[in-house]
Amino acid sequence: MARRVTPARKATVTAAAWALGLLIFFPILWTILTSFKSEGDAVAIPPKFLFFDWTLENYAVVNQRSDYLLHFWNSVVISFGSTFAGLLIAIPAAWAMAFVPGRKTKDVLMWMLSTKMMPSVGVLVPIYLLFRNTGLLDTRIGLVIILTLIDLPIIVWMLYTYFKEIPGEILEAARMDGAGLRDEIIHVLTPMAVPGIASTLLLNVILAWNEAFWTLNLTAAKAAPLTAFIASYSSPEGLFYAKLSAASTMAIAPILILGWFSQKQLVRGLTFGAVK
Amino acid sequence: MTSTLRALLGACAVAGLATVASAETTITVATVNNGDMIRMQGLMSDFYAKHPDIKVNWVTLEENVLRQKVTTDIATKGGQYDVMTIGTYEVPIWGKQGWLLSLDDLPADYDVNDLLPAIRGGLTVDGHLYASPFYGESSMVMYRTDLMKKAGLEMPEKPTWDFIRKAADAMTDKAAGIYGVCLRGKAGWGENMAFLTAMSNSFGASWFDMKWQPQFNGDAWKKTINFYVDMMKADGPPGASNNGFNENLALFQQGKCGMWIDATVAASFVSDPKASKVANDVGFALAPDNGLGKRGNWLWAWSLAIPAGTKHADAAKTFIDWATSKDYLKLVASKEGWANVPPGTRKSLYENPEYAKIPFAKMTLDSINSADPTHPTVNPVPYVGVQFVAIPEFQGIGNDVGQQFSAALAGTETVDQALAKAQELTTRAMTKAGYIK
Repeated sequence: MARRVTPARKATVTAAAWALGLLIFFPILWTILTSFKSEGDAVAIPPKFLFFDWTLENYAVVNQRSDYLLHFWNSVVISFGSTFAGLLIAIPAAWAMAFVPGRKTKDVLMWMLSTKMMPSVGVLVPIYLLFRNTGLLDTRIGLVIILTLIDLPIIVWMLYTYFKEIPGEILEAARMDGAGLRDEIIHVLTPMAVPGIASTLLLNVILAWNEAFWTLNLTAAKAAPLTAFIASYSSPEGLFYAKLSAASTMAIAPILILGWFSQKQLVRGLTFGAVK
Repeated sequence: MTSTLRALLGACAVAGLATVASAETTITVATVNNGDMIRMQGLMSDFYAKHPDIKVNWVTLEENVLRQKVTTDIATKGGQYDVMTIGTYEVPIWGKQGWLLSLDDLPADYDVNDLLPAIRGGLTVDGHLYASPFYGESSMVMYRTDLMKKAGLEMPEKPTWDFIRKAADAMTDKAAGIYGVCLRGKAGWGENMAFLTAMSNSFGASWFDMKWQPQFNGDAWKKTINFYVDMMKADGPPGASNNGFNENLALFQQGKCGMWIDATVAASFVSDPKASKVANDVGFALAPDNGLGKRGNWLWAWSLAIPAGTKHADAAKTFIDWATSKDYLKLVASKEGWANVPPGTRKSLYENPEYAKIPFAKMTLDSINSADPTHPTVNPVPYVGVQFVAIPEFQGIGNDVGQQFSAALAGTETVDQALAKAQELTTRAMTKAGYIK
């Protein structure tokens, strides 16, 4: 039986949700506000919230100094490329583990996760040497490969949990109707798991978009994505917070907008299977 | 051979030669994000006019990100960069490893003897110059002339630490939000440890003795850290253990600091009326001393070097020659004024009467000249470097010791505890690295 919700209670809960939402969003809001300030206003004590001389100067400087479109395009290719490549490998892998588990499936899953526990910098030099010898340094394809490999455990794990929620009987029925393995995965399993796959895709695009260790260390001038674009505006000796904020805002804007538009998919995918 | 074939071969040869003649060499330059470097990127048309056959790709990054990237690249001979911007910490280590090409054969008009001796010394290993300085900096005292006058004091050109303490006490007015002295407290080898290592030199302290034994258990370090913590507790801003260069710059520009001892490059920021509320009331003095023959100032030079793995050594040298030449200084002066010329590298700049009119020019030069990276301390030491020890292990050890001193400033540890821990962890790290047998 549903609980009776009084208007007062509803208002309180709504206010609390808004407050929490604003609290989480505040760092982004502050970055966006700072990007419209002069460098002096950006460090003013006490901080200026809304009442300052709004200026677009920082955006003009950033656009003049950097090739935003090049970095943006690199980010798009790297994040979507690595996510699609990851899904291609992970969907069959997760299918196998969810529907035809073996004795060691759980161990394999744990082992995959354990590869995420090693600090990236521990393998920087070997990977760098491999990349140097294969000519992959500062190439988009090199970054797509490395990010695919890094995010693969997470993609497999997410898909595995979604696939587990799908009754195996449906797949059995498809098999009895004469569907082969390929048809089973492409025409039966995938359409049913679309919300899960979509949220996995979105989450991984976001992860790859924000990845700032490999994308910084394996690139120089040609394949550098937006993480390098932001890093070029940070400085320990000089107050460039307003310009840094403008660069950050430009770097997060595309993924923020993508996140807003796909909010429904994300929420549906992340809570998929939670309620039975 | 038929005449047609011969003609074709001839045409191919000519075409081949033409391709070679017009071949463009592209070099990649890795650099830090600071005003002088960004300005150079805006002045590249002059370089392209003189060298149309060389194209320059820029990779600009935050200092610590850059350091990690270029270190990985040079250690693995990755060859991603043809010119690297590195500092006086890297040059002695990398030069010794054979990771850098020597710059001994730059053209005569580069005039290597015109480089400031202190800076040149910091970039030379076994008699070979391994990097060409782009801009040099030291540290000095920046102070509020109005507050000093109000306190009834006059800043000497060469103050002592005792005077700094006296002035800090007199200028502090916490009710009005004015703190007598702002100093670095944020942990890090390039943050609080740059300041404290340079300060400790003037107290007669050093990181190691001639046998590489850490010296934090000695009296000189105890005096240094006690003086620093006592003064900051009495006259420093709240939360000072989180303050680095940028935080103190913001405080000083807002009029919250009476004195600030930090990089000479800050002089142009604090006296810029567009950014600083106190631009017209700033004076400069040498970093303080204790009469022991060493001042508490450091020495750093962002310099251009060529990694040994480059395939474009000639083009890289041409670029470095242009970027660090006397002509480049004149070019900046003609386009952006003398105040924006990269400071601290050449004697001729300081002999120029136009440049001498800049208020902080003389103090910058005097500060650089009073630092000696090859003899940084009162007692002899086995290392070079004023505010650092030029060994590969220093970044790690410096960060760990920095945490201890930052904790002492925050009050979560006593000075004695911090020094004991610093001694212990440095001894451990140096034993592991094989310095202590």
